[in-house]
Amino acid sequence: MGLELYLDLLSQPCRAVYIFAKKNRIPFELRPVDLLKGQHLSDAFAQVNPLKKVPALKDGNFTLAESVAILLYLTRKYKVPDHWYPQDVQACALVDEYLAWQHTALRRSCLRALWHKVMFPIFLGEPVSPEMLAATLAELDVTVQLLEDRFLQNKAFLTGPHISLADLVAITELMHPVGAGCQVFEGRPRLAAWRQRVEAAVGEDLFREAHEVILKAKDSPPADPTIKQKLMPLVLAMIQ
Amino acid sequence: MPLELFLDLYSPPCRAIYIFARKNGIPFELRPVDLGRGEHLKPEFLKVNPLRKLPALKDGDFLLAESVAILLYLSHKYQAATHWYPTELQARARVDEYLAWQHTAVQLPASNVYLCKSLLPHFSGQPVDPVQLDRLLGKLKPALQHLDGEVLAAKPFLATEQLSLADLMAFTELMQPTAVGCDIFQDWPRLAAWRARVEAALGPELVQDAHRLVLQPRDPQDAQRDPKLAQELVQRLLERLS
Repeated sequence: MGLELYLDLLSQPCRAVYIFAKKNRIPFELRPVDLLKGQHLSDAFAQVNPLKKVPALKDGNFTLAESVAILLYLTRKYKVPDHWYPQDVQACALVDEYLAWQHTALRRSCLRALWHKVMFPIFLGEPVSPEMLAATLAELDVTVQLLEDRFLQNKAFLTGPHISLADLVAITELMHPVGAGCQVFEGRPRLAAWRQRVEAAVGEDLFREAHEVILKAKDSPPADPTIKQKLMPLVLAMIQ
Repeated sequence: MPLELFLDLYSPPCRAIYIFARKNGIPFELRPVDLGRGEHLKPEFLKVNPLRKLPALKDGDFLLAESVAILLYLSHKYQAATHWYPTELQARARVDEYLAWQHTAVQLPASNVYLCKSLLPHFSGQPVDPVQLDRLLGKLKPALQHLDGEVLAAKPFLATEQLSLADLMAFTELMQPTAVGCDIFQDWPRLAAWRARVEAALGPELVQDAHRLVLQPRDPQDAQRDPKLAQELVQRLLERLS
């Protein structure tokens, strides 16, 4: 059995892994895991990732979780073009810096924006107070501004003149609030231009394909009560 | 100008970098930045890290933040022994997996326990809130359960059969609540045994040296020195821990 990637394109890190694998023509079997149906909670999936999260990778007997680890594994195993994760020690360090920072910064803000604006009310049927939503969107605003001012600045891509893993991880995160209807690129011409460059570098068709699911998040049918009960505590833990 | 490391040894990721640099004989200038005195908010430090956080590295003109990035940079540049960040693909992936997971699974909840047990009482002058402490310890429990029950059941160290960057980061993080009286090792025998192995591998003197500050009880007078800063800090801590 070859490489298997357990993904749900609803999830930002899954989108980054999907795009990366496809862009680099890495042969893999897509194993869809439907988060909104609670499929990540199955015993079968626990064999792949006991932490019950996506993305997850299975390569023969080797299983791996964490999108950053998966992206780095694929980078090294399939010897992708250098710009994704440069050999140069300092250029590489800048990518590592972004990949570390984003866990508790952009990832968190983008996840909360989607859930507070769309998924709680529409999928889980749980209202979110206007104050909570406003606070989440304000925090998103600050983090996106940080992304632009501290990382992108006047460069073509986040860590230099070429697209890297940092850009892929960042853009897939930002599409989360975009899917929720937040205009994160409005009033940010530098960031909007960067987005165009990233989409062009990845390939517009692939980018669109990877983001079909998140762009339809607002149309999610309400969760059935059993699913809602199973997912609620996990969602609350995930977005705090 | 030699390598400069901007660190506050109260901070676990700073300790990891300090221990790594010392253990590997990496020549560096220690630039202490006292978080408790707001030194990270001063203009001089802003030039080093505009995000105003520690740890930070300056290597000539090259500036770098984020402890994971700094540890990897030092490993590569100074060609540290391969057990720290193995060359074998799958072993390396295990270290990467831990280093990614730990940000939200370990670092966040462990530091929250520390903030509740030590920093908040110190700056507010109020006793520890036992309900809040209990709740925050509860948030750390899943990670400890996973490390003790699953990871360490299969091997002696967190990523591979040998000490790696994963163990170093985990060690300094888990020492944080422990050093201030919340011994998170007491209920987890495999973690306790792992801790002893890591201390032995790093060297007890180096570990003691790195943890000297956090092991000392804080001087209550310290908090009174700048009441305005203390008040701001208390406000931010209360928001963060709520």
